[in-house]
Amino acid sequence: MNVLNEWAFVGLFAVLAPVFPALPIVIAWLFRPRKPNVLKSSTYECGVETIGDTWVQFRVQYYIYGLIFLVFDVEMVFLFPWAVAYNEMSLFGFVAGFLFIFLLTDALFYAWKKNALDWK
Amino acid sequence: MELNAISIGFVVFAIFTLGGALGVVTTRNLFQGTIWLMVSLFGVAGYFVLLSAPFLAAVQILVYIGAIAILITFAVMLTRSIARIKERYIRTLPSFIVSLALFLILLLGVAIPIFGAHSPESIPDYVASTRDLGAALVDENGYVVPFLLASVLLTAAMIGAIFIARDENA
Amino acid sequence: MEEFCTGLCSILAETGADPGLALFLSLLVGVLLVSGVPLITVILLIWIERKVAARIQDRIGPNRVGPVGLLQTIADMIKLLSKEDITPTAADRVLYNAAPLVSFASVVLLWAVIPFTPFHYGVDLEIGALYFVAIASFGTLAIMAAGWASNNKYALLGAFRVVALLVSYEVPLVFALLAPVLLAGSMSLVDIVNAQNGMWFVVLSPLAFVIFYISSQAETGRAPFDLIEAESELVAGFNIEYSGMKFGMFFAAEFLHVFTNGIIMAILFFGGWMGPLYYESPLIAFAWLGAKGGLIYFTTLWLRNTVPRLRIDQIMAFNWKFLVPLSIANLIVVSFVLKVMQELQLAPRDILSAGFGDLLPTTIILLLFNGAMILYLLGILRKRGREARRESQETRPEFAQTATVAGH
Repeated sequence: MNVLNEWAFVGLFAVLAPVFPALPIVIAWLFRPRKPNVLKSSTYECGVETIGDTWVQFRVQYYIYGLIFLVFDVEMVFLFPWAVAYNEMSLFGFVAGFLFIFLLTDALFYAWKKNALDWK
Repeated sequence: MELNAISIGFVVFAIFTLGGALGVVTTRNLFQGTIWLMVSLFGVAGYFVLLSAPFLAAVQILVYIGAIAILITFAVMLTRSIARIKERYIRTLPSFIVSLALFLILLLGVAIPIFGAHSPESIPDYVASTRDLGAALVDENGYVVPFLLASVLLTAAMIGAIFIARDENA
Repeated sequence: MEEFCTGLCSILAETGADPGLALFLSLLVGVLLVSGVPLITVILLIWIERKVAARIQDRIGPNRVGPVGLLQTIADMIKLLSKEDITPTAADRVLYNAAPLVSFASVVLLWAVIPFTPFHYGVDLEIGALYFVAIASFGTLAIMAAGWASNNKYALLGAFRVVALLVSYEVPLVFALLAPVLLAGSMSLVDIVNAQNGMWFVVLSPLAFVIFYISSQAETGRAPFDLIEAESELVAGFNIEYSGMKFGMFFAAEFLHVFTNGIIMAILFFGGWMGPLYYESPLIAFAWLGAKGGLIYFTTLWLRNTVPRLRIDQIMAFNWKFLVPLSIANLIVVSFVLKVMQELQLAPRDILSAGFGDLLPTTIILLLFNGAMILYLLGILRKRGREARRESQETRPEFAQTATVAGH
């Protein structure tokens, strides 16, 4: 079984995976009652009518967390091949990996000191 | 062209990539545009699998769909009431010409080997594994300098982003 | 499953069928077999979850339908099937309907790479560990889409909090995941299990396991990180507008995700199918994996029903100021010790063929380092706890009495 067949398996799995949850939903669609009315289909907000747009402005902190996460995500991507090949490396491999991680930890501490990690 | 798993996969992923891209530029809703972008990026991940680079496919999904697209949605939500754009970008003709020109350049680049030719026979028999990639990353004669430079770049990006995004008054 | 698929494929090809079709059919059967495991398990999981929760809260739990309430989930499913399915008029219809499917599918997809026994698994991908992380990001996407498509303020607010939580805890999760990958020298889950022949990775790197455990508890949105529900403030969070079977799908996905994480932890840190007599029969190997995963799953349920919910600022501070630096430090310690031991010829370079004795010196050194780190951390935590207690006594004197009582 070659590599592409493995991925054909994953691909087929990916095609079928949404079908499993879709089946009960489709069956429910056959059996369920349908009596919509205006009130029932309105936005639920504990009984009061909703005011204004849902798309209100969100706090900037979400974005900052997103940015820090993105940087770490890219870092982790580099570290995976490093970790896989680690056993074959000399001590230099550790030093390179350490420097790589260390530089980014600096960035984390910068964010920490600038209070960018606080939820506000 | 014979019909095999690779060609079927290529067509499916081409539909994902191009359909997603079309969705991004046609939808008026920024959030839906982000979702379309993810569809398109997912198609690109599929190409990586077809090219025997599953590591890059996983990276594509992890970084682009898992991080960048999430970041874009956060950014969309930061902008106020922009979910429905009323005005339309009407300069259709200039954008059409520019995109057509770009497409032709790319097509020429593929058809006429301006950037260096690659014949089908030149495909190496051995496909490098993720382990080879990792070993090359920290090899003194390999890519250790770019590897560390990437770290510096990421650090700079993060410090810069925090410097800009941070609210001075808070 | 590989052998099975190839075998079935050759049998089909012998009957004169088209080779492409034969391959497709054998793959299809393989997919159905592998995906059958989570789909059957999930029905049982809902019952287990409710029963465990009930016992911890000193209740009996479902006990009416079927023996000891085993058929309760079936009854619930029938009930959910007959429920009206409301789509709010303000909702984005396509995304609203797609979100529960993606949510459930992203969890089922994880099972494609899970090695049940040494020879029975969907696929043994070269990038198995990374696949696990990448697929999980689709779940995040589904929550975001559900919250946005519902067009409800509570749903959107809930979705945003959850997504911020999920992406934040993915960082320590992956750093902890790098430890087994580094020790095994492979991302393939089968290789990772085989590499634990000599020593389980939980012994080699207990801190990585603890970090992974905490982060995966957060990734599944379980207490103390259950902002995902937060009934008291967000009504129900991102799934507020969902009803009927679609609502059920979000919940089934959550239950299954918790169990899947238990299995993944058993594979990454507890030697997967390894155990006495595992080589005798695939059934014994499978039972070992199930037992280990089930035990970890049980502890997550226990934790869920014991601890209170944290606030989002506490959760984020805990992640970025504690868990992330800790997971980075842990990775550096593991890689440093391993490399030094390898240079001193005290640790094997090829862990796949290493036995218990070969790994013993490394294990002792790593355990010493881990012990030192844990002691240091406990010191920090105790100091912070004392500070927080003093602070609360100063700002809220009326609670001073209770705080002192609780402190003793």
